[in-house]
Amino acid sequence: MASKAKDVLFDPVFKNNPIALQILGICSALAVTTRFDKAFVMAVSVTVVTALSSTVVSMIRNFIPNSIRIIVEMTVIASMVILVDQILKAFVPAIADQLSVFVGLIITNCIVMGRAEGYALKNSPGMSFLDGIGNGLGYSVILLVLGLVREIFGSGTLSMPGLGTMTVLPLTSDGGFYVRNGLMLMPPSAFFLIGLFIWILRTVDPSQIEKE
Amino acid sequence: MQPNETTSEEAKSGFDPNTPVGTFIVAATLCFVCSLIVSAAAVGLKPLQEQNAKNKMMRNVLIAAGVWQDGKNTDADIPELFKNIDVILWNLPEKDGETGSLNKELKAADYDQAAAASTPGGSMAIPAADDVSGIKRREKVSKIYLVRDADGKVNKIVLPVYGKGLWSTLYGFLALDASTREARGITFYKHAETPGLGGEVDNPKWKSLWSNTNSPLVLRDDQGQTILDVTKPGNATQPNQIDGLSGATITSSGVENTIHYWLGPNAFGPFLDQFASGELSLTP
Repeated sequence: MASKAKDVLFDPVFKNNPIALQILGICSALAVTTRFDKAFVMAVSVTVVTALSSTVVSMIRNFIPNSIRIIVEMTVIASMVILVDQILKAFVPAIADQLSVFVGLIITNCIVMGRAEGYALKNSPGMSFLDGIGNGLGYSVILLVLGLVREIFGSGTLSMPGLGTMTVLPLTSDGGFYVRNGLMLMPPSAFFLIGLFIWILRTVDPSQIEKE
Repeated sequence: MQPNETTSEEAKSGFDPNTPVGTFIVAATLCFVCSLIVSAAAVGLKPLQEQNAKNKMMRNVLIAAGVWQDGKNTDADIPELFKNIDVILWNLPEKDGETGSLNKELKAADYDQAAAASTPGGSMAIPAADDVSGIKRREKVSKIYLVRDADGKVNKIVLPVYGKGLWSTLYGFLALDASTREARGITFYKHAETPGLGGEVDNPKWKSLWSNTNSPLVLRDDQGQTILDVTKPGNATQPNQIDGLSGATITSSGVENTIHYWLGPNAFGPFLDQFASGELSLTP
């Protein structure tokens, strides 16, 4: 049982990553990864929402009418997202401002819905919670890597959540040596980086390659 | 995927959600519980969120005025720092040739400028010919912040300004000196420009060009004409020129247009003229 829980928790990080293998949740991975602190808060928010909504859906799974189950899941997810949004606005207003509409858009993140529909409906609340955290972590890994690479090469800085911003590569415009890579700050760069990430992942673990 | 294996359990408990009545009961209960949770969060956290929004505006006025020290001051210092700042309400000119006037009917503490700017009664359409910053509408009454020195004399004026950049409207504050000719600081508190390119309007190094008192940036000439010129990066040579942001031509010219509109004859221009000539008596 313990090893099953561990699998549920850690499989989605590399073996069955929601972004890299299932190619879900790409849209937000493009939008919020220009800065590391933004990506971090988004990753935490999605993890919390996925875990909570999966737990709640699993708790009420025996009472969910089959005919309206998607709407029921959506309602639960939307409530959790509004909760997270309100809490962010009240306690970390600076970051909530930067994330703007993207917190609200967690509702439409396919990962959250996918876990509720694909896992929580058939499994116990405890396991669903772990599954939610695990998939959140899988999403977080990609977001944090993207945020790290895009911010360092795009802006020359690294913004640690809660610790302020530090300069990694001094820019020529500030008298340093590094010429910023403007592409890194544009949405397409996230596509290239996700592509590279998938390439590396599938080279290390060839079983993830789809059969032709 | 279909939770059919659970039907036997429900049969035992005597409640079957897969009947029309069962479905209705579940849906109604769920909606009720979820709306309770959501409204409790929204109502419970509202005071905190409103305070945050208020602090953010006041903090940005202080940043523009050059009073705020990042990393040293916290939100708790805001009331203390605001003691030397008077807020007045000004009726902006509504027609060509009008100069605007001091608004005595409304109270500055209760006036919600952002809300006024989006209501038909509190705002007016800007004629297309005058609308250099592309904002289409603006509020009829604006706050003006007067920063006083130790002797009670106004030494800086902070004006709320906004205008279109590349992707978004940039909202900020511009500080001028008492002669109304020179810039003393600028800050933008809300925009959605590309981080690292147009988003560099937040770069402290660029902002310091606006608050430099050794070689001040001249915004208005002696006739009260706005002469600010945001040039291509590295091309600023005259006192009225400032380097634009590299890789962000449209955001840079958006900032230029914003300042040209708000310091122009249709917005704060007449106020600044009257203030500079001493016609306006603004006793504390």
